[in-house]
Amino acid sequence: MAETIIEVRDVWFAFNGQPVLRKASLAVPRGDFLVIIGPNGGGKTTLLKLILGLLKPDRGTVTVFGQSPDKVAHRIGYVPQNVHVNKTFPVSVLDVVLMGRLRKGKGWSHHTQQDRIAAQAALEAMRIWEYRDRRIGELSGGELQRAFIARALVSGPEALFLDEAMASIDAQSRGEFYDALEELNRTVTIIAVSHDMMILSSHVKSVACVNRELYHHDSGEITQTMLDQVYHCPVDLVAHGVPHRVLSRHGNE
Amino acid sequence: MGMNDMWEALQLEFIRNAVISGMLVSLVCGVIGTLVVVNRIVFLAGGIAHAAYGGIGLAFFMGWPYLAGTLGFSLFSAGVMAVVTLKAKHRADAMVGIIWAVGMAVGIILLDLTPGYNADLMSYLFGSILAVPASDLWQMAAMATAVIAIVVYYYHDFLAMSYDDEFALLRRVPVTFLYCLLLGMIALTVVMIIRVVGLILVIALLTIPPFIAEKFTGSLKTMMAASSILSGLFTLIGLWLSYLLNLTSGATIIIVAAGGFLVASLWERWKRYA
Repeated sequence: MAETIIEVRDVWFAFNGQPVLRKASLAVPRGDFLVIIGPNGGGKTTLLKLILGLLKPDRGTVTVFGQSPDKVAHRIGYVPQNVHVNKTFPVSVLDVVLMGRLRKGKGWSHHTQQDRIAAQAALEAMRIWEYRDRRIGELSGGELQRAFIARALVSGPEALFLDEAMASIDAQSRGEFYDALEELNRTVTIIAVSHDMMILSSHVKSVACVNRELYHHDSGEITQTMLDQVYHCPVDLVAHGVPHRVLSRHGNE
Repeated sequence: MGMNDMWEALQLEFIRNAVISGMLVSLVCGVIGTLVVVNRIVFLAGGIAHAAYGGIGLAFFMGWPYLAGTLGFSLFSAGVMAVVTLKAKHRADAMVGIIWAVGMAVGIILLDLTPGYNADLMSYLFGSILAVPASDLWQMAAMATAVIAIVVYYYHDFLAMSYDDEFALLRRVPVTFLYCLLLGMIALTVVMIIRVVGLILVIALLTIPPFIAEKFTGSLKTMMAASSILSGLFTLIGLWLSYLLNLTSGATIIIVAAGGFLVASLWERWKRYA
């Protein structure tokens, strides 16, 4: 068993008196490809932000690499949910990606040659190097998403967090995108949040469902019982062809 | 020396001082105005500008020099606004409105209480660029240098904070510190601009040039540079027109800036459809 790099233990969180997460526990081993699914407003993004240290739990503990999340932020890459904010902002794609190289106490905050090399590598990996000098608002949804992933990867993180990464990617590029993630998963632990169950591809290693409470499954499969627990209403499971099937065959359970 | 020569020399000096102070203010305005516009804190900057009237009142009441009194008070009100907007984000606009009005009220009452006070109120409300003494120029130059040095030092951090503060926080950029620093620099800038266009018109000079520049520039630094140049241009043209037509200089500068904004918007539209 690989070492546990993320541990959420008995976490409670309320926002303006409204409980968002109750008694959530989760352990993520190194090398995992975890997908967190659940309905909108069920607490997926909250869970992610608790792990990232952007929110503090009311009760319970969150540790990442054995430490408090804000101490290890430099070892984590984060792709936020809303990549469409600030589209009129005068900043080039390259400069957005270079933001991922910022660190505490950088002093005279210029970027080094090393930063530029890392930014080029990340942009090339995402196949948007030729757009580096464009203004960020000129990119399409999918290109924008890739720019934000490049920004998350440019620091060489050990774990990558994606919040609704599929939202801006058109259907044709999804397969390509999954392949890129699988490639990445050889060296990087991936935690992706999605309300869209389409993300469950054969690359996924485990699934957690969040709707106020958290259900974690070690396999990339999802069962009807899980869905009923999470969505509190019948949801039909549709399996795709065998190579991409992540669901148990109906009636075999 | 004849009466005529003296008049000419005097005229030259006050014009020269007006131009130098106008250029210093434009430089700072472009840099700080850009940060105000991209961070969408125009209303907050307006609050700091109007609350500065309390500082003017305080300076007169205590017999302090204008710059020291107003700067101290503005930094204080900017500090209060920083705390309020960070602690109660969703109620920030109402709180800024309160500080805005209370600052002005404090200024008016302090001026009421100042014995023998008869200074020209209008010059602080609408600016008096033609009455900037040479001694103020040095203080303005020092403030401009300080503001630009700080922004250059923290440029990439300010860029990250302005574009995406959550991500900046994750990269351990000291977002809260930078936000407070920015409000402090706004206070400093406001105190300088009051000299040129007065506190009521501060917000126009702080926002119009960056808003134009944003449409035509590709990075924060070029936006800052373009804003400074535009601001300088508007100030010079406005100054010249006000002299020619015998109008209030601050208001003329703002009307010129508004004209520039109109032309830029029309040009952008024409470019898009052409």
